[in-house]
Amino acid sequence: MRSWNNPASRLWLYGTLTGILFLLIGLLQGQFAVIWQKAVLICLECIGIG
Amino acid sequence: MKHMKHLRLTIQIIYTIFTNGYIYGFLSGKIYQGRLKYVCVPGLNCYSCPGAVGSCPLGALQALLNQRGFQIPFAVLGFFFLFGSLLGRTVCGWLCPFGLVQDLLHRIPLFRKRKRLPFHRILKYVKYAVLILFVCIGSSFLFGGFAKIPAFCKYLCPSGTLLGALPLLTANRLLRSQIQGLFFWKLLVLLLIILLSVKIYRPFCQYLCPLGAVYSWFNRFSLVQICRDRENCTSCNACRKACPFDLSVDEISRSPECIRCGACVSVCPAGCLRFSTKNGRSQNR
Repeated sequence: MRSWNNPASRLWLYGTLTGILFLLIGLLQGQFAVIWQKAVLICLECIGIG
Repeated sequence: MKHMKHLRLTIQIIYTIFTNGYIYGFLSGKIYQGRLKYVCVPGLNCYSCPGAVGSCPLGALQALLNQRGFQIPFAVLGFFFLFGSLLGRTVCGWLCPFGLVQDLLHRIPLFRKRKRLPFHRILKYVKYAVLILFVCIGSSFLFGGFAKIPAFCKYLCPSGTLLGALPLLTANRLLRSQIQGLFFWKLLVLLLIILLSVKIYRPFCQYLCPLGAVYSWFNRFSLVQICRDRENCTSCNACRKACPFDLSVDEISRSPECIRCGACVSVCPAGCLRFSTKNGRSQNR
């Protein structure tokens, strides 16, 4: 039985915290702006004419 | 069984409408340009779909890899870790618009249904190859003219063709005039996946989806799991028969292939399978 005290059963928590950390780093590096700029223009490659 | 099926279908439909609810886009042949597109949605959802209000995580990853030079795409990795650690492939089962499309296609009463393709044991690894070759390497090193290209979106993604290209081209005459050979290649890929989906359960998810490949790495330890009460399990195999991916009772939830659709939970006669957010996968009560 895996219990809450077992470190393996808390991996999801470490993963979630890592995700939040990565999001903050991405934010500081301006990566969200890159994503937004790509997402608000029609992506011709995505629709097969680019 | 039906209760869980209906619940999942309802959540899938509500989620798809919620994340693709920009009606004006469908009418005008334009896409949403608001601030919500700073954020990635968990499932495969082309951001060039006229209704999309969020960004596709795979498109966003490729956009970052397409930048000049190389930088670690922390923003998208952050979304992957967040969604993956909390939900694993539950995202595929419950929150993916293209998964919903495949589910609906599989309900069409045509052909004799099959759970898997022949050579499944080998083919199931193709999605990891697609992730590495098309998404990571392709988007970092393939050039079209002077700019890098999002290789997966350009050559493979059927979601972009179905949810992005077809509605946009229907409503936008200018775009329609630019159709070339590449579009017909993508249309062919989409048609093949549509046909396969009628016969086989979610072929794109099982064999090609790089997003499913990413979330599969989180399946073992994600917060949401399907727990099994080992003491009361009679090993009757009802769960395996109900599982659309043909997973055994030991593979359910833990396998990288399991999308936590819940078919096993609702069919278990002893009631020893259940969705849980605590204590990992197996329990003795």
